[in-house]
Amino acid sequence: MKIRIKFKKYGVMKFIGHLDIMRYFQKAMRRAEIDIAYSEGFSPHQIMSFAAPLGVGITSDGEYLDIEVNATKSSAESIRALNQTMVEGIEVVSYVKLDDHAKTAMSIVAAADYYVYGKSGSELPYSLDELKVKQKEFYEDKEEILITKKTKKGQKTMDLKRLIYDFSIDEREGKPVFYLKVCTGSTDNVKPELVLEAFYEFLGSMFDASLFQVHRLEVYAADENNGFRPLSEMGEEIA
Amino acid sequence: MNQLALSDEILMTVDKPARYIGNELNIIKKNLDEVDIRFVICFPDVYEIGMSHLGIQILYDMFNKRKDVYCERVYSPWPDLHKIMKEQEIPLFSLETQKPVKTADFLGITIQYEMCYTNILQILDLSQIPFYARERTGEDPIVIGGGPCVYNPEPLADFFDLFYIGEGETSYDALFDLYKKMKANGKDRSDFLFETSKIPGIYVPSLYEVDYKEDGTIASFQPIREGVPQKIQKQVVMNLSDSVYPTRPLVPFIKATQDRVVLEIQRGCIRGCRFCQAGMIYRPNREKNIDLLKTYAYEMLKNTGHEEISLSSLSSSDYTDLNELVTFLIDNFKQNGVNISLPSLRIDAFSLDVMSKVQDIRKSSLTFAPEAGSQRMRDVINKGLTEEVILDGAKLAFDGGWQKVKLYFMLGLPTETEEDMRAIAELANKIAVRYYEIPKEQRNGKCQITISTSFFVPKPFTPFQWAKMYDRDSYLARAKVVNDAVKAQLNRKSIKYNWHEADVTVLEGILARGDRKIAQALLKVYEKGGIFDAWTEFFDNSRWIEAFEECGIDMDFYTTRERSLDEIFPWDFIDAGVSKEFLAREWNNAMAAKVTPNCRMKCSACGSMRFKGGVCYEDKN
Ligand code: SF4
Repeated sequence: MKIRIKFKKYGVMKFIGHLDIMRYFQKAMRRAEIDIAYSEGFSPHQIMSFAAPLGVGITSDGEYLDIEVNATKSSAESIRALNQTMVEGIEVVSYVKLDDHAKTAMSIVAAADYYVYGKSGSELPYSLDELKVKQKEFYEDKEEILITKKTKKGQKTMDLKRLIYDFSIDEREGKPVFYLKVCTGSTDNVKPELVLEAFYEFLGSMFDASLFQVHRLEVYAADENNGFRPLSEMGEEIA
Repeated sequence: MNQLALSDEILMTVDKPARYIGNELNIIKKNLDEVDIRFVICFPDVYEIGMSHLGIQILYDMFNKRKDVYCERVYSPWPDLHKIMKEQEIPLFSLETQKPVKTADFLGITIQYEMCYTNILQILDLSQIPFYARERTGEDPIVIGGGPCVYNPEPLADFFDLFYIGEGETSYDALFDLYKKMKANGKDRSDFLFETSKIPGIYVPSLYEVDYKEDGTIASFQPIREGVPQKIQKQVVMNLSDSVYPTRPLVPFIKATQDRVVLEIQRGCIRGCRFCQAGMIYRPNREKNIDLLKTYAYEMLKNTGHEEISLSSLSSSDYTDLNELVTFLIDNFKQNGVNISLPSLRIDAFSLDVMSKVQDIRKSSLTFAPEAGSQRMRDVINKGLTEEVILDGAKLAFDGGWQKVKLYFMLGLPTETEEDMRAIAELANKIAVRYYEIPKEQRNGKCQITISTSFFVPKPFTPFQWAKMYDRDSYLARAKVVNDAVKAQLNRKSIKYNWHEADVTVLEGILARGDRKIAQALLKVYEKGGIFDAWTEFFDNSRWIEAFEECGIDMDFYTTRERSLDEIFPWDFIDAGVSKEFLAREWNNAMAAKVTPNCRMKCSACGSMRFKGGVCYEDKN
């Protein structure tokens, strides 16, 4: 049986990298006595995969992992069992059963949305209204946003415009807050910082990532109508 | 959630920020307003190593069981963070509260190996606590040392207010109670230190005076005040089964060296190898109750979620109920994907059978630790292992499907001759012969035998505490003899030989048997930038050589010098259970290559019987 688990990652846990979060969940499954399935072989491992690795330093309300279980308790009981053994900064929010033929979260991830908050020192010399005008010029009015990206083989020009699905600006306590929905997945993965670098360059400024907190809100798969569906909505509650 | 001591910016620049944020599973959280004593416990090496140490986990659990004590942890900041903390003058902080170590009541440092001594100075420095105990005031924490190296605390004596000699389970309560009482009565630091000297196992270095003879050896070692004991009794837990054990150990986020449940099955060792300090200072051997261990195994796996459990002891094969325990672990946990690791097992039919169940034979290697190549040398060190037993074990293993064998030896042992050195290579060759005796169609290609040698360092409270060491070149020459001998063997293509660098050996020797004069040189090494000396990538021998020279310290005095049987050693004020007479008797037996039977075969009256328990009384109840 396939299960999809959604969790939040916040506070100091943002410093724990993706591989260590995987190890963390492997041990958590044992503590919570989730009847997880193991691979065959002399050193069996849990059948578990994560949707879209989160970079160190980023917090999230929408992290996903898929597991395979032999049997399971109800969603509510499983969530409770897991949360009883979580550290502060990791909270399981949903546990749903997937269709037996469902593809793994990892293979269907299409988009993710983020807030990028400015910390102190990130103030910009523009009013919010001015910024919004600039943002329109940078994003809405443009057909394409060409950037050069360094790759292993050299440089590569890419069009960001078609990979940004949503982009808006707000302000909190005088500091900018950006909302972004960007293409995510193995082929055209866009980090929110990449968009902001381009935007700041457009403003004639430099984006200093250390002055911002990136927070992931949700991860999506593409749906039939060219829209996006949160990964957790693709399964059903276990009663 | 606590405010972290380090900014996001720093944490995002250093390697493995998880080392500094705390918040691990099973961390203890307390309200600082509700505790009377803040005790910061430190393992002076990198987080991943420190987190793997059982002793810290035991004390962490035990101290925190007291409502009035909050035990917090700190490890050595890695050199990348060290630099930032020095530049920005950020005080070293504990993982639990993220508050400066210098604001705690105690800083307790476990001292496990000599090459971490400079890291102890790093901890003091980053904590902004004066290096020398005599320069500390009521504002500073009481700095207390423990662990195996404090069986000769003298090289570090100037840097510590107190040392705790022996097993931590017994006297800390008395220390905490005294501290609370004295603090409430407004007593100052020196009054407190004086009073602690009356607690069993506590050594207050500032209350003793050492006089030296002209030749540099000790003339006398005396308390400077009435009421301070002449001798410090090592502490032992006599009923280990009734003692505390951390069934909810901390589980780090990043992979620690020990990423598994560690089940301590016994303490001590019945064997009496003459080079082994642990085998002497943890006497008498005490076993834990098997039913208790089963419960612990179950609870600890449940509370940690670890996928591996390992038995811990100096010689697991000597645990009386080993068979039953291992069978229990395999039967109950193996099918849940839990690996079972069994270090320090003697190779015999039983252990091979067990290992074939818990390991992938073709991938894993078997470890033998004959420690010496020739039978004569093994008799000198009292390693009760005959060539026949080794070869039979190897044969059994090869028949069972193993092909990889690791062999551990020591070089530079007392009385060692070239013949003994060559015997290492010859033994490896004989093992290979046993493999190739198997008909070709039944074996799977070549066997791989890896020989590793380390250079022997004499330790206090062992029969070899009188042994002289050699200089660096002489050690390397010994390794060369072995290497040449390996190349001369018929099966040389199946044998690989690794040896250690010799510089560290010499330094370990100085620190292990050093006296108070060493302290100033240690500080010099630190000031020259010496930290993480246990790590080859950071170790720089020249800093040490220069420091000793600048302090006018003759390194040979501590290493290559012959010691007479009546010399007063810097550590003689400690009563470690084993008597000096016993150790001397054993030293003489070693010189005569005479084997001493183990504790279960025959008691050798080592002096540990007065602890009234353990192996000394096994058949007497
Ligand atoms: S007193 Fe005898 S039995 Fe006890 S530890 Fe010493 S030698 Fe072994």
